[in-house]
Amino acid sequence: MSPVLAATASENAELVVFVVLAPLAVVSALAMVLTRNAIYSALLLVVNFFCLAGFYVLLEAQFVAAVQVIVYAGAIMVLFLFVLMLLGTGNEVVVKERIRGQRPAAVLLGLGLLVAIVGALAAGVFDAEPASLAAANEGGNVQAVGRLLFTRYTFAFETAGILLVVAAVGALVLGKRQP
Amino acid sequence: MRIGPGAYLLVSAILFAIGVVGVLIRRNAIVVFMCIELMLNAVNLSFITFAKTNGALDGQVLAFFVMVVAAAEVVVGLGILVTIFRKRSSISVDDVNLLKG
Repeated sequence: MSPVLAATASENAELVVFVVLAPLAVVSALAMVLTRNAIYSALLLVVNFFCLAGFYVLLEAQFVAAVQVIVYAGAIMVLFLFVLMLLGTGNEVVVKERIRGQRPAAVLLGLGLLVAIVGALAAGVFDAEPASLAAANEGGNVQAVGRLLFTRYTFAFETAGILLVVAAVGALVLGKRQP
Repeated sequence: MRIGPGAYLLVSAILFAIGVVGVLIRRNAIVVFMCIELMLNAVNLSFITFAKTNGALDGQVLAFFVMVVAAAEVVVGLGILVTIFRKRSSISVDDVNLLKG
């Protein structure tokens, strides 16, 4: 197969995967917001995270895609489900709105925000030429990201470690039963 | 046909808007939290799209740090929710109004 044909084939594959994943991501996010059962919300969010991991693979970010599946869909969502089961809150009771007309206003404002963001995008980068990460990913995406983490972003990396320790200690303190 | 960055950014914008609406209309504090996670992920998608557009990996590293901070935030947030639930047997955001005058 000639290189040009191979390039078109991979572009077609990207198109097919995107066309499958994009509606799935949007629909699962919408269903997550709309469903009354919190457990269903959590599971739909996992579907959404898997779709995003697929996008990351399409965008040549294999490392972040793996982290997305392992850390987000794995660890964080299991923590969410664990707390949901622990607190045993079933269906959301429909209570009277504290602020009248809050929900319609929220939907309207959300739509306004969407229009604003899309407008800003359309004004700037919508037709930007997609570049390639082939040069930056030379020798593997994981290696390249790791090199960057331990050279240019060492300080941020160490700070992230401190942040995680503080968070773990904070969770312990919060979870401890007061005597 | 080739997919440009615009398509990914559009999906990212839609997911972010859905997350905002979710935070505003849901009452269950855990679901509100999940909507915030959705917004963080939408922004991550933008970061990674821009990383590809710029041909540099810094966007991916930034997305990685967003994930780290989100993990820390979830741990502390859920700890706070469990504490609130112990005190008031409810995690509805409407029931937490101690600061209301």
